[in-house]
Amino acid sequence: MATLIEVNELKKHFPIRKGIFSRAVGAVRAVDGVSFTINEGETLGLVGESGCGKTTVGRTVLRLVEPTSGEIKVRGQEITGLSRTDMRPLRRQMQIVFQDPFSSLNPRIRVNEIVGEPLKVHGVGNKTERNDRVEQLFKRVGMRPEQMTNYPHQFSGGQRQRVSIARALALDPSFIVADEPVSALDVSIQAQVINLLMDLQSELGLSYLFVSHNLAVVEHISHRVAVMYLGRIVEYADKVSLFANPVHPYTEALLAAVPLPDPSLQRTKHRVTGDVPSPINPPSGCHFHPRCPIAVARCSEERPMLREIAPGHQAACHLR
Amino acid sequence: MKTGFLNDVVYLSRRYPLGVAGVIIMSVFVLAAIFAGTVSPLDPFTTNPRASLAKPSADHLMGADMMGRDVMSRMIHGARISLAVSIGATFIGSGLGAALGLASGYIGGWFDLLIQRAAEVMQSLPLLVMALVITASLGPSLPNTIIAIAIPLVPTVARVIRSNVLSLREMPFVEAAKATGMSEFRIAVVHVLPNTLAPLIVLATAQLGSTILTEASLSFLGLGVPEPWPSWGRMLSESAAEYVRTAPWLVIFPGLAISLVVFGTNLLGDALRDALDPRQRD
Repeated sequence: MATLIEVNELKKHFPIRKGIFSRAVGAVRAVDGVSFTINEGETLGLVGESGCGKTTVGRTVLRLVEPTSGEIKVRGQEITGLSRTDMRPLRRQMQIVFQDPFSSLNPRIRVNEIVGEPLKVHGVGNKTERNDRVEQLFKRVGMRPEQMTNYPHQFSGGQRQRVSIARALALDPSFIVADEPVSALDVSIQAQVINLLMDLQSELGLSYLFVSHNLAVVEHISHRVAVMYLGRIVEYADKVSLFANPVHPYTEALLAAVPLPDPSLQRTKHRVTGDVPSPINPPSGCHFHPRCPIAVARCSEERPMLREIAPGHQAACHLR
Repeated sequence: MKTGFLNDVVYLSRRYPLGVAGVIIMSVFVLAAIFAGTVSPLDPFTTNPRASLAKPSADHLMGADMMGRDVMSRMIHGARISLAVSIGATFIGSGLGAALGLASGYIGGWFDLLIQRAAEVMQSLPLLVMALVITASLGPSLPNTIIAIAIPLVPTVARVIRSNVLSLREMPFVEAAKATGMSEFRIAVVHVLPNTLAPLIVLATAQLGSTILTEASLSFLGLGVPEPWPSWGRMLSESAAEYVRTAPWLVIFPGLAISLVVFGTNLLGDALRDALDPRQRD
């Protein structure tokens, strides 16, 4: 499989400005050196707690947020330095579906115009061709063409998310960032939207960067999974391997935190105490060391790099 | 197409009866202003010593002023100036303010800083003083009065719209538009500006009344529309102190007209705001 997206040592630091001259007094290290690749037709699941930087990764890859440093390559082409005009043809290939189905659609615009807007921006076809395409997209995401002229508020959350997906598909992209696309929906609707995304993938050969904090959903949809903690990837592996043999103590704890359906099966291992430290002033060495049950002195001094533990299974831990 | 428009009118008037009341009130005033020449019973400038301070009667339905000029005729002719000034100044002020606020909030950075500091300087001067300075330098005439009253409205509108734009530009639907490669200008006009309509309409209708009164103050000071052209504001301010007890009709009728226009525009504005918001429709 060919590599579609390649990200190397991506960093995004948001400066904290203070005083009348807006001096930068520090930085929120939302993304602090992240590397991964996504192949054609593949889904990379990106999991982690709230505030670990997973959403920022998604936005930075699309250059909706300018990276502080690092490389982003699309089919081998470096896109970090590209101007707006040079970026435009690439925008057709990369789209995004947002978490909140209520604020991701402009309340004053009819949904057929929302879905047709990317076509208009890129001057695709004439008016009738665009209308046909919008109707086709509507059918494809499981909505009735009669609903096309409605306004966003006339739809439920799940339907709005379908509209968002239709908008993302309008330009025939090869890569979609799905930023927690189902976490605002009911469980039954979540399944429908997930299945729609998976159907679209097998039909159109799409690649996804699927950002989520829901491990069950990620296990269902992903081919490979990256676990993030405080701006860094701590474990990066094939889905089966990651869920069967988690290597990093944080991944272990994360998997152990998933509630079991049977109350008699109590899990006691891998409890992690405390809160996620501030990304403004992250712990030295391994970011996870203050909460890690197996940390040693070296963990607070040296940053562990991702290294191959088993074939196709990488983890950033000195001790495993 | 025509039936669709008629359907819309019927639907909207059922849904917003108060808006219809606003439309009727405003139409009466606007029609009176347009056809002032034919509608007014007497000439508004002809003085008549015998009718000085005449009470409302069959000859003078709304009485007469000190110089014996028919109040009703002056009211009808005054509608021209009062409406031209209030509607004109509100439109120009709100339009300019909205454009500046949108640019300031959306572009941000040093441009935002510049616009906002300029707005603060303007807002630190009282509205009337600003208008005074402008008319004094431009000279008294109807267009100059409109400009003089419109300019001080700009910073207020600009600030409200800017704060709205600041939150709107961070919305995911704006980001989605960026992800498609839409130009920033088009995003600002298509996705951000229409969502600031509600506060803009409320603000504009609220300011309309105060513009009539500002015009009155300017005219009273000899810097508004020159004598002998009547305007409601001037009729009110000239007679308020002297005649409120002896000839109350000189105060009541212009005051009533100003109140009704403010009331009418507020009803109209509220209905307009709701009718233009797709979320309020079924």
